Amino acid sequence: MRHLLSMEDLDRVAIERILDRARSFTEVSEREVKKVPALRGRRVLNLFYEASTRTRSSFELAAKSLSADVINFATSGSAVEKGESLKDTVQTLSAYQPDLIVIRSPHVGAPHLVAGWTTASVVNAGDGKHEHPTQALLDVYTLRERLGSLDGLSIWIVGDVLHSRVARSCIQAFTKLGARVTVCGPPTLIPRGIEALGCDVAYDLDRLPEADVVYALRMQHERMTESFVPSLREYAAVFQIDGRRLGPRQLLMHPGPVNRGVELAAEVIDSPQALIGQQVAAGVVVRMAVLYECLAGRDARAPQPSMTPQPA
Amino acid sequence: MTSAQLFHRAGAPGDVLIRSAHVLDPRAGIDTPQDVLVRDGAIAQLGAPGALEAPAGAEVLDGEGRHLFPGFVDPHVHLRVPGQEHKEDLDSGTRAAAAGGFVAVVAMPNTSPTVDSAPVLRALVEQARREARVPVGFMASVTRGLEGEALTEMAELRDAGALGFTDDGKPVHRAAILRKALQYQRLCGGVIALHEEDPSLSGIGVMHEGEVSARLGLAGIPSISESTMIARDAAIAGYEEGRIHVQHLSARESVLAVAEARSRGVQITCEASPHHLTLTDEAILERLDTRLKMNPPLRTEEDRQALIQGLRDGTVDCIATDHAPHAREEKEVPFEQAPMGTTGLETAFAAVYTDLVAPGVLPLALVVEKLSAGAALLDLPVPRIAVGEPADLCLIDLEAQWEVGEAGYESRSENNCFAGRTLSGRVLVTIAAGAVVYRERAFALSAA
Repeated sequence: MRHLLSMEDLDRVAIERILDRARSFTEVSEREVKKVPALRGRRVLNLFYEASTRTRSSFELAAKSLSADVINFATSGSAVEKGESLKDTVQTLSAYQPDLIVIRSPHVGAPHLVAGWTTASVVNAGDGKHEHPTQALLDVYTLRERLGSLDGLSIWIVGDVLHSRVARSCIQAFTKLGARVTVCGPPTLIPRGIEALGCDVAYDLDRLPEADVVYALRMQHERMTESFVPSLREYAAVFQIDGRRLGPRQLLMHPGPVNRGVELAAEVIDSPQALIGQQVAAGVVVRMAVLYECLAGRDARAPQPSMTPQPA
Repeated sequence: MTSAQLFHRAGAPGDVLIRSAHVLDPRAGIDTPQDVLVRDGAIAQLGAPGALEAPAGAEVLDGEGRHLFPGFVDPHVHLRVPGQEHKEDLDSGTRAAAAGGFVAVVAMPNTSPTVDSAPVLRALVEQARREARVPVGFMASVTRGLEGEALTEMAELRDAGALGFTDDGKPVHRAAILRKALQYQRLCGGVIALHEEDPSLSGIGVMHEGEVSARLGLAGIPSISESTMIARDAAIAGYEEGRIHVQHLSARESVLAVAEARSRGVQITCEASPHHLTLTDEAILERLDTRLKMNPPLRTEEDRQALIQGLRDGTVDCIATDHAPHAREEKEVPFEQAPMGTTGLETAFAAVYTDLVAPGVLPLALVVEKLSAGAALLDLPVPRIAVGEPADLCLIDLEAQWEVGEAGYESRSENNCFAGRTLSGRVLVTIAAGAVVYRERAFALSAA
């Protein structure tokens, strides 16, 4: 695997290989010296155009646990603020010879563009509302660790699907591993045509009891001002996962950060059914596995063709 | 093409004999190999293949196995002058037109400054007389600065040469402003061309709203943002008995809205672009290429088929490119940040020929007719292959294949949505207003 740009790039076999690799890395975190030399001497560049706490820190921790050198490139206070284009930034940073670039961007497809402009491997850490593949991988890892397999599971993804890159990656990852996915939320926040990803659509929680796993999405406050929902109060009344709605055998997931009292009630966040803490913990080993898959066994940085037209 | 409202740097009219080309002019009822002699800027003689003598000094073009069509007329291009010459200028834009077989093009007024006053238009006309290789007509804006608030001085703009009025790039959002413009049309004439989009529905959309946008997480532009505005504007035009032209139709619902309005007697015409006739939003899924980003967006196969059917049954009056050049650095950014638009002059015929004519979807004669039909909608003369008519012709090799962009473009910009595709149909020679304005390099060499 050269890049991880989208869940579309991975089939079931590739996903399971990454998950198995991730599991083999769990032992590293339990050591006194939490480091293995697998990627010693490799350079990993974190290029984050959006605020991120857990994704960026877990990528950093993952790279360091594999003994890679990490550069964090923050876009605030940098040339980006002076109007430097993505292309110029990437080409400038490529002069430092990174082996892998982790990029988060508010724009769909930015990682694909970057992959065309650099010889480094590229990992998508979230591109606009498109995808967040490492989040989906750590989610399936968490579920597999808990349940052994996703085959035949019914997973409900509840909330603001329209604006969620996590949902787009998770729908693919869950279905590729054999689960049936239903997306559920107010019709204003379910994108027209989402069935094309192979999921069912529901507009209320009436059939929620059929779910084995409930995956709640973050409901952002600004959605209210944009008239996607009339009020967060009403949203919570209709769609909040609380102790009444979450059955005793259902598992609960959330990509974080949680809006307590909006999409989730406090009692379910703190319940033993919630896998939210396990998801965060899985972030490091799964990202170690992704970095390893992209970099191990790759020595020479071979140039690759540009996605963009050559000058006439 | 010549008209009081078209402007260019007239070339020396040469004497040209095009020998034995298959002449196809559906309006003139010709569909047979002929010799065509051009003298002093006009079609002087038609004759059986090999029958005509070349006058002394005349250039002889071997048309054997090639097709000669009435030159194409594009009622919708962006030449970016004044103010955005880094994207295109009158010279490069009209060179692109000539290379695509176009003998006249009509430039949109969304420039910087906007073509919204007679002085700006007069300066542009003077510039075209110095720089344009093929005749260019100009549209003026409906509202000052395209701001949608105040009407331009339409009567004065018409006197200065405006063919008509449009706020293209934006809709005329306020119904009352469009109504007043249509009332003013009674005084000054000139079609009102409309970019139909309800911004409250299109919002921050960057592509068609549907399965592909749902997959990609890109904000969508629903088809109804176009069709509801067409319905509204057709109702206003009907009420005021005015004449409107709908630009770049993209959606099935829009074709229905135009047909419905016309059946009620509304004076409404419309155009479709080569890209909307040949591509769908699926192409964006294959590669998130900013050259595929335009407004209106590429839509679904169902929409594409409706446009094709519209051409067949006459609902869609003409093909127009909406040639919209953008500089490389403007397009070399993530999809959501890129400006809308694709160039189209150099690929219009080849794209439509390759995807619609060669596979038998549309007859060649229909496409040839629709590629110049835009002229009549703007009250311009329509090129015709007949003795005594001005020589506006293009000679095309239908079999010749070429890779788009491989040899560069005549346009200053390279944001062509067909880039990298191998297309059939190569323009060899274009004669506009009686002068040879384009010779394909290899053909010119072999002819010399």
